[in-house]
Amino acid sequence: MNQADTAWMLTSTALVLLMTPALAFFYGGLARSKNVLNTMMMSFISLGFVGVLWAVVGYSLAFTEGSNWVGGLSYAFLAGVGLEENGTIPHMLFMAFQGTFCIITAALISGAIVERMRFSAYLAFISLWALVVYAPVAHWVWGGGWLADLGALDFAGGTVVHVNAGVAALVAALVVGKRQGYPSSSLLPHNVPFVLLGAGLLWFGWFGFNAGSALAANGIASLAFVTTMLAPAGTLVVWSFLDMFRSGRPTAVGCATAIVVGLVAVTPAAGFISPMSAILLGGIAAVPSYLIMTIRAKSSLDDSLDVVAAHGVGGATGALLTGVFAQQSLNGVADGLLFGNPGQLVTQATAVAAVIVYSGVMSFILLKVIGLVIPLRANASDESTGLDITQHGEEAYLHVGGTSTRS
Amino acid sequence: MKLIKSIIRPNKVDDVKDALAKLNIAGMTVTEVRGHGKQKGHTAIYRGKEYNVSLLPKMEIEVVVPDSIADEAIKAIVEAARTGEIGDGRVFVLPVLESYRIRTGEQES
Repeated sequence: MNQADTAWMLTSTALVLLMTPALAFFYGGLARSKNVLNTMMMSFISLGFVGVLWAVVGYSLAFTEGSNWVGGLSYAFLAGVGLEENGTIPHMLFMAFQGTFCIITAALISGAIVERMRFSAYLAFISLWALVVYAPVAHWVWGGGWLADLGALDFAGGTVVHVNAGVAALVAALVVGKRQGYPSSSLLPHNVPFVLLGAGLLWFGWFGFNAGSALAANGIASLAFVTTMLAPAGTLVVWSFLDMFRSGRPTAVGCATAIVVGLVAVTPAAGFISPMSAILLGGIAAVPSYLIMTIRAKSSLDDSLDVVAAHGVGGATGALLTGVFAQQSLNGVADGLLFGNPGQLVTQATAVAAVIVYSGVMSFILLKVIGLVIPLRANASDESTGLDITQHGEEAYLHVGGTSTRS
Repeated sequence: MKLIKSIIRPNKVDDVKDALAKLNIAGMTVTEVRGHGKQKGHTAIYRGKEYNVSLLPKMEIEVVVPDSIADEAIKAIVEAARTGEIGDGRVFVLPVLESYRIRTGEQES
């Protein structure tokens, strides 16, 4: 067991856990004030329900050998997951690190259906989704499953986390339907400082997400750290130009979004590409995400917080560009197209396509099944009043007066 | 007594307060409001899409003054709040029937 690796992985796990509250602020600020608590709760609650499910059975389904498609139950209830080595760190630490990934992936989906999905239905959906969609996909890519066998490169979760959540978000937005009054100018963010705070904290935590995926305190972790710093910088530059070209002014929301898109795009590539490639990857990734976001805004699809543009498209772009920029002399694993291995790009595309199909189909089935038991939407008058009051009995920004204790 | 209700630019509140203080009018109520008269709104951008924001932030100041100084007060407010551009605001004057001080319960005249 390596103490430096363990120290780093302890830190990384904490950093990634912080990303879920960070996401809560990012999403919460983009929503309207009458729905901010509900929006943030959708992230926070994942820490509880998905966290527990991961420990009880999710980890086992993802990381035991099982078949090529899913693991088995030998690690259920963390049996056999103790302080013994898993690589160079304690096994249970690896389990915890992976758990923080599952938690945030589930929470990402919420961005597509904020301000109208019934909280109980959402809770049921992400709980089942974590076990039935996330765990198998994690198994395919990281748990020794078929995509790993194929040689797909996904350093920290471009497909497992972002394409996966992005497609689920698309399906959820379609099935749950759009908000009352969409599209309308009154559906604007209520607290852009929160959005910036969230983006900043996400970037900070992402160093754990990407550099921690090296599972060691070594050169590859440093590579992943540096690419995680540079790719979003590249995205931010290009996005600012896109904003200025389109509407004459760069926006704070655009800045926050660009940072997230860049981080998403470098996630699969972090430990596989060079720092200069990371800047290029980040810069390139700004374009398809910006485009899809613009198209979505004009469409009838109410993917409220642009999860598809940021995570779905960003993750897919990053996964494909990993197949372009991967450099074996740096990563010790494989080369991409630019370094004489065009086959990698095909493998990457296969992985992306497989996750799109599986996540799309399974998310649809889950939503439909849950919808038979619990209505997916809050009722219309609740949506109108605001989900904070109606789903949680709370107001985020209480103004003085008008309350009294009930006797 | 008259209730003088002024809707002015937010950055003119201090000027109006100072002008009223010179007339020994210290009591007032200030509210943040949104609205417009002839002023055109501004364009907001969210995720690449443009929106027209027509309700603009203003401040509403209410003071209750004896009839004898009402005209002076109105003149002071108008001059302090004026910039000469569209959007300077309005002053409305309403009659006040009765006024009571809560601390003492007495009626003011």
